[in-house]
This record gives sequence, C-alpha cells and structure tokens, in this order.
Amino acid sequence: MSTTGTNAYTPTSRTARLSAGAADYLDERIGAARLVKGFARKVFPDHWSFMLGEVALYSFVILLISGTFLTLFYVPSMTLVEYEGSYAPMYGVTMSEAYASSLNLSFDIRGGLLMRQVHHWSALIFVAAIVVHMLRVFFTGAFRKPREFNWVLGVILAVLALAEGFTGYSLPDDLLSGNGLRIIEGVILAIPVVGTYIVFFLFGGEFPGESIIPRLYILHVFVLPGLILAVIALHLALVVAHKHTQYPGPGRTNDNVVGFPLLPVYAAKAGGFFFIVFGVIILISGLVSINAIWNYGPYDPSPISAGTQPDWYIGFVDGLLRLMPGQPEFTIAGFTLSLNVFLPSLVVPGLMVVALLAYPFLEQWVTGDKREHHLLDRPRNAPVRTGIGVMAIVSYCVMWAAAGNDLMAIAFGLSINDLTWLLRFAFFVLPPVAFVVTKRICLSLQRKDRELALHGHETGRVVRTADGEYFEVHEPLSETERWVLVQHEAYRPLAIPPKKHEDGRKVPAHERLRANLSNFFFEDRVEPVTPRELEAARHHGDHEAIEQPEGREAERRELGSSV
Amino acid sequence: MSDIQLPNSGKSPADEPDAGRTPVRFRNPGLPAHRHRQADVDPRAAKRAERQVLAMLGLSAVGSIFFIVAYFAFPLDGTFATLQVSNISLGLGLGAGIFFIGTAAVHLAKTLMPDTEMFDERHPQRGTEAERTDAAAIMVQGGQESGLGRRPFILGGLVGAAALAPLPAVVLLRDLGPAPGGALAHTLWDEGVRLALDPSAEPILASDVTIGSVFHVIPENLYESDHFLDEKAKAAVLLMRVDPDVVDVREDRAGWDVDGIYAYSKICTHVGCPVALYEQQTHHLLCPCHQSTFDLTQHCKVIFGPAKRALPQLPISVDDEGYLVAQSDFLEPPGPSYWERG
Ligand code: HEM
Ligand code: FES
Repeated sequence: MSTTGTNAYTPTSRTARLSAGAADYLDERIGAARLVKGFARKVFPDHWSFMLGEVALYSFVILLISGTFLTLFYVPSMTLVEYEGSYAPMYGVTMSEAYASSLNLSFDIRGGLLMRQVHHWSALIFVAAIVVHMLRVFFTGAFRKPREFNWVLGVILAVLALAEGFTGYSLPDDLLSGNGLRIIEGVILAIPVVGTYIVFFLFGGEFPGESIIPRLYILHVFVLPGLILAVIALHLALVVAHKHTQYPGPGRTNDNVVGFPLLPVYAAKAGGFFFIVFGVIILISGLVSINAIWNYGPYDPSPISAGTQPDWYIGFVDGLLRLMPGQPEFTIAGFTLSLNVFLPSLVVPGLMVVALLAYPFLEQWVTGDKREHHLLDRPRNAPVRTGIGVMAIVSYCVMWAAAGNDLMAIAFGLSINDLTWLLRFAFFVLPPVAFVVTKRICLSLQRKDRELALHGHETGRVVRTADGEYFEVHEPLSETERWVLVQHEAYRPLAIPPKKHEDGRKVPAHERLRANLSNFFFEDRVEPVTPRELEAARHHGDHEAIEQPEGREAERRELGSSV
Repeated sequence: MSDIQLPNSGKSPADEPDAGRTPVRFRNPGLPAHRHRQADVDPRAAKRAERQVLAMLGLSAVGSIFFIVAYFAFPLDGTFATLQVSNISLGLGLGAGIFFIGTAAVHLAKTLMPDTEMFDERHPQRGTEAERTDAAAIMVQGGQESGLGRRPFILGGLVGAAALAPLPAVVLLRDLGPAPGGALAHTLWDEGVRLALDPSAEPILASDVTIGSVFHVIPENLYESDHFLDEKAKAAVLLMRVDPDVVDVREDRAGWDVDGIYAYSKICTHVGCPVALYEQQTHHLLCPCHQSTFDLTQHCKVIFGPAKRALPQLPISVDDEGYLVAQSDFLEPPGPSYWERG
C-alpha cells in the first residue's frame, strides 16, 4: 500500500490503483497506515473457550439491533387504555399502553414477535455467555496479574447485564413482569431505614404508580446500555493491551502469543462467528416461543398464576428468598428489621459480588506472586482454586434449584416443605463436599499426569524377559507430548510463623493469616516431573522402550524464547 | 514479602541448559512441525472447499429472499395460526440468511486461508526504568507548574467546591416521589365499605357465601379512586367461609367474622405477591411466589416459608341489605414489612 505522497510501489490494475488512492487518502487524514501496521497482523490465539466472550459481545450487539427495532413500536407509558388491537381475547380489556403496545408488537407488526423473541433469547444467551466466560477466566487463572482490572470490569459487566435484563423484563407490563416488580418493591421495602423512601422515589409514590415503566425504560434503552458499552470498550482495550492469554503448549511461552493474524484469518473467523451466533438466535426465536405475554393479561396486583418463573439469571435470588426461613424479622424500638428478606435478596448477592471482585487480589496476596502470567493454568494444576470455583457453582445451582422448588416438588411427588428443608440442608452441605471432591480429583489427575510423563503410554504389549518375568512395554512420550504435563510450577506453602518472634515481639495477625491461607491452598500438592526424576525413572525401568523419537524432533521448528 | 513459595520462579540460572548436567526444569520444545491441510496440497480439495463456500452464500441469499416473500405472503389477523406461520417462516428465512454468511466465512478461513501459526512477542506492562523516571518527572513538573502545592488554600477550595458541586444533583432528585408518610398503613377499607367481587366490583351478599367457598374481593369503591391499581395493591382481600368450629378461638377478634366468613389481606407479608391459592381441606393459604403458607384455622399465622407475620384480618359485618361490609380499615398495615411499620 502507498503510505505517503511519494509512491513506493506502482499499482498496475484499475482496482489496485483505486484502492491505493483510497488508502492514501485515509492515511494522510487519519494515519491509517500506522493503524493497519500496528493492528492488522496482531496475533490471536485460537481455542474454543476463547469464543465464550465473543458470544457475550455478539449477543449484546444483537440486543442493540433488535432492541432498537422494538423501540419503534413500544410505548413506555402506564396510562390506561382500552385494547383495540387484533388479538380477540383481550379486546376491550383495560391495560397500560406499555402492555397494549407489546401486544401490538406481537400481533399486528409483522416480524414484531420475531424481534421480541430475538431480543429475549439474546438477553438470556448474553447473560449465560457472560457467566460461562467468567468461569473460563476463573478456572484457567486468566485473572492473574496483569489482568486483575479486567476481571473487575468483567464483574461490573455481569452486574450491569443482570440489571439490564431485569429492567427489560419489566417493560411489557404484563402480569409476570408486574409481579416481578412487586417482589422488587417488597425487597426494597426491607432495606433498613431508607427502604420505604427508596420505593416512593423509585415508583414516584405508591406501588405500582404510573412512573415506574417510563423510568425503567430510560434505564433500559439508554443509561444501562451506554454504561455497558463503555465498560465493554475498556474491557476490550485492555485485552488488546495485554494481548490474549494462551494455553500452555509446545512453542507457547509467557513471552509470546501464538495464533492467527487478525487479517485475514481471525477477522474471517470472528466475523463469521458473529453471523453464526446471530443466525442461530434468530432460528431459535423462530422456532421456540418465549415470554408469551398474551397468556397472562395486564398487570393487576390481585391475580397470579402458580408456577411462574423469573428469567433464569434472576433465579438464584428468587431461590434464596424461598430457602430463607421467616424467623429473623424483628421489631426494635418501634422499627421493623426484616432480615428474612434483606439478607437473602440483597446482602448475600452483594457479598457474592464482593467475593468475585476480591478473589484475584486475595489469591495474589496468598501466593505472593507478582509476576505477569500470560500462560493459562490447566484447572487441575490449581486444585484449591478449582475446588473453590466448583463450590461456587454448586452453591449457585442449589439456590437456582430452590427457585424451582414448587415445580420439582410436583415432578418428584415430594411435599414442598420437605423439599425446601432438603435444599436448605444442601445449601450448607453440598458446597464443601464439592470443594473436597474437586480438589481430590484435581490432585489425582495431576498424579496421573506425572505417571504418564514418567512412564509413558501403556502399549498393551506384554513381553517376557530372558529370566521369565512378564512386563508391559511402555512407550515414552515425545518431548512435545510431555511438555504440557510438566511445564507448570507448583507453589509451596509458607511456613506458619509462631505466635511470637524469638525476641518476644508479636507476629502480626495478617502474616499468620497469610501463612495459614497459603497452607490451605498449597499444602496438598503434586509437583511436576523434573528432568532428573525422568532420568531416574528411566534407569529404574530399564525394560521400557526409551529411544528418543528422532524423526519428530528433527521436524520441530526452533522458537526464540522459552520458559 | 517473602517469595519462598516459588520454587522455580522465572528463569533462574539453574534453568539454563548446562552441558553434561541435567537441567532443573524441562525446556519448551518449540512449535511442532506444521501439518498441511488437504486443500493446501490438493487443488481439487481447494476447488471443493471453494464450491462449498459458494453454496453456503447461495443458501444465505435464498433465506433472505424467502424472508421477504414470507413477510408479504403471510399477513397477520390476530389468530395464533397465522402468527405461528409468520413467525416460523420469518425466523427461518432471516436466520438462514444470516447464519450461512457466518458458516461461509468460517469455512473459508478454515480451509482456504493460511493456517500457519504466527507469533508476536509480549512486552511487560511495566515501562522501562527510563520511561518510569521520565513519567515521574513529568508528573512532578505538572504538579509544580500547577502551583497548587504552593497555594494550599486554592487546593482546599478546589476540593471543597468539587465536593459540594454534585449535591444539587442529589437534591434535584428529591421530587422523584412524595415522602411515604403513613400511606402504606392505610387502605380504602373503612367502616361500612362493602366487600365486592374482583374485578366486577359487585357487592357480596353474606347469604351467597357458602361453606367451603372462596371469593377474591376488592372494596366496592375501588374504581372511584384515581389510582385504583395502587389501592388494589394494598386492599385486595381473600374471603373464605369455613365451619366456625375449625377456627381457634381468639377473644380479641370475636365478632370480626360473620358466621365463619373470614376476610384476610391477600397481599403476602413476605414481599407482596397475591396469596392466591386456598386449599379447602387443610384450610391453608399458599403464596405461589415463595411458598409461604398461612393457616386459616390459626388466624392465618405462618406455618411454613419465608414470611414472618400472619396475614392481617379485615373485621367485617353485614349491613341492613345483607351485604358484607368492613367494620374498619385493617388494624395493621397489610403487605410486606417496612422499616417504619413498627
Ligand atoms: C444488555 C442488553 C439488554 C438486555 C439484557 C435486554 C433484555 C430485555 C428483556 C428480557 C426484555 C423483555 C422482552 C420481551 O419478552 O418482550 C426487553 C424488552 C425491551 N428492550 Fe431490551 N435488553 C437489552 C438491551 C436493549 C436495548 C439496547 C434496547 C433499545 C435500544 C432495548 C429495548 C427494549 C424494548 C423497547 C423492550 C420492550 C419490548 C416489549 O415489551 O415487547 N433493549 N429487554
Ligand atoms: S411473596 Fe409470598 S412468599 Fe414471598
């Protein structure tokens, strides 16, 4: 491409001349050459788990597109009107304009129902992708230095996504969404001291009032998407600045990034993947109906249908509300403290967010490791972290299951009281069990890795030695195969200091805490095989076939740096 | 902070291969040799891949055209049958139109674009010492040139003014809603207000309420109020008639029912869902939201679930014409708990 007025290269064909002209025009105005040179061949590593974040990003774009279509027809107003649209069963029913316009979107605007369903399905997939993406980042340790801030931004995005989803769920103003709002009102009322005021300010008076839908609307279509967009931009800018992490493997080091260039391969794959996600969501929306708002009628504080469920991502809060027994509500000096609502709906979710925000910093404090990490951990090589992650998943699943306790009770023929007790019990017992089991599994997988690195594959060939012994021939691993199994480091725990130094000064409590945590994390560990151990194993097992795989070795390309 | 936990941190000298001695750690063996794909070596395979990509783009075009045809071919008439047909065909058309562009691009990238892996070097986030010294110097210089360090009153004034400036924005939000006052403690129920059917607002004759029956009830004057949904959200009532003998005697509530006709707030004391399910045999009321269960025979005390307080009872009697009427408002605020409730 030509960069400045003086032509380094003379284009021959007509199209080449035209595009050279365009490139020249852009470069002289926005420095396009430098941008292209800096970015167009940036290398992106390839792995299926790296597509989870992309799914989240793409579903957000789809939400922007489908949501904008919805705004052309949706009327964010609680003014009561008589429905005169074409859906006969509702004809003449008094309802809010919001609900009437949502019905019109479904029944009178061609493609409107499709767009409503695209919007709702992509909202569900958006949040799901965020959560799974977050799990990937957690289990592979991708949040370690220098990416701690990006983890924090991710947690903020997750919270914003939940808020965005909830505000959207309320907009159709049908019976389901109104009941959701009623629960929110009850939850806010339970906030000590200021709860009642917040409700009156939020709803513009008493529930439901006539202000909440327009207020949620501006949050849903302007404030929250704007915030999400800004945080996504920061999130991606940091990804570019840090360059993507990669899984360990031959040739992949902490100082390089191995993969495909942005132009053309990554752009084609990622761009294509956007269309695939978009296409799949539209196909699902064409075939599987969701949130059939016409079934329930307009919001009315009196009726309700049993077995109604919130969107999946709100389920865990609903489940917590169901698990909590009612006792902890107190009247103190003439004021009501409703911990039976406040704790499960606000305090516990708040603590969950705090725990998510704090984890990278906590782990770094415990390991004392201040180095940059660009190679991902295999989850088995961080048994305690992996255990904590699975424990969190299990607690989340118990809460989530609790939100369906009525449906499960019917399905399994249990009394709902027994089932609730069972789930209350599970809430405290299952997570620690999951932790221990996961940690054990990780450790034994690591032992298996060691075994494999030391003794190679079993071949199934049994050989008889001269003195009549039988043994199975093991085939040693190639260097490339072995590398993945031996490349990691195992942290060692800190020695627990005594309560007092020898000179009688007290050892600060935080130092002892840190040492104790370090033991909790790293006391049980399996260290990777070292070259010496491998040598020793070969000497002992001299009946193994130990020739080096010469051929592959020769083919291997040399790489600049190595760990 | 000690770093004794890192046995082989970074590149220790022990890592360097040392002739004759076994290294402490394995060395990275480098990228394995590149394997060629079929389309790289076989021109026929490449041609086939090209045709496949083209076929997908063709399918996409078919989908888009199908969408446009279906849009005009299937008008809506308010019935589910047409809605279904329209939604499915629009979804299939648009979905295919977009989906196949994606598969075509990915297939193209996977089969026909180069698949040799490349590598970029990484550089630590931390600047070089020189950069850090320069940056620090710039900041210090900026600070000095601003002169704020030498003029502490300006700095103090700036902080003070900046802290005060957002306050008007907070005050500005004051009119988002009225102060709660006692609003949550009062409903439309009052002495003589007739109990009426929800939603028709027809008054209820005591004689029409047979044993075992349940009525969903609103105040007869509900629709006269300006904000009837707000009033309904507090005043909704469930009316049940049982054999008076099954209900525990409570002296302080003697005369609140009419021959075993009981009226209780329908708004759950947990977080406000309607307690809409009544089990006739057990005389239990169940809230479908989080399964709080209230026992009518014990004056709607909570016997299970996350609610703490019993449903408030509405004292009722019969007027001259035989219609059920309230004796007064609820004697305690109905609905979810709140701080000022007491
Ligand atoms: C992260 C982003 C978003 C999420 C998670 C989300 C979620 C939702 C959900 C769950 C609904 C209820 C849909 C239904 O079943 O009718 C909804 C409705 C709606 N959303 Fe969004 N949304 C997002 C972004 C947007 C944006 C960017 C816009 C507009 C620019 C928008 C406009 C609307 C409108 C107008 C409705 C009401 C449609 C109706 O009632 O039929 N949304 N949203
Ligand atoms: S609102 Fe009734 S149990 Fe939660």
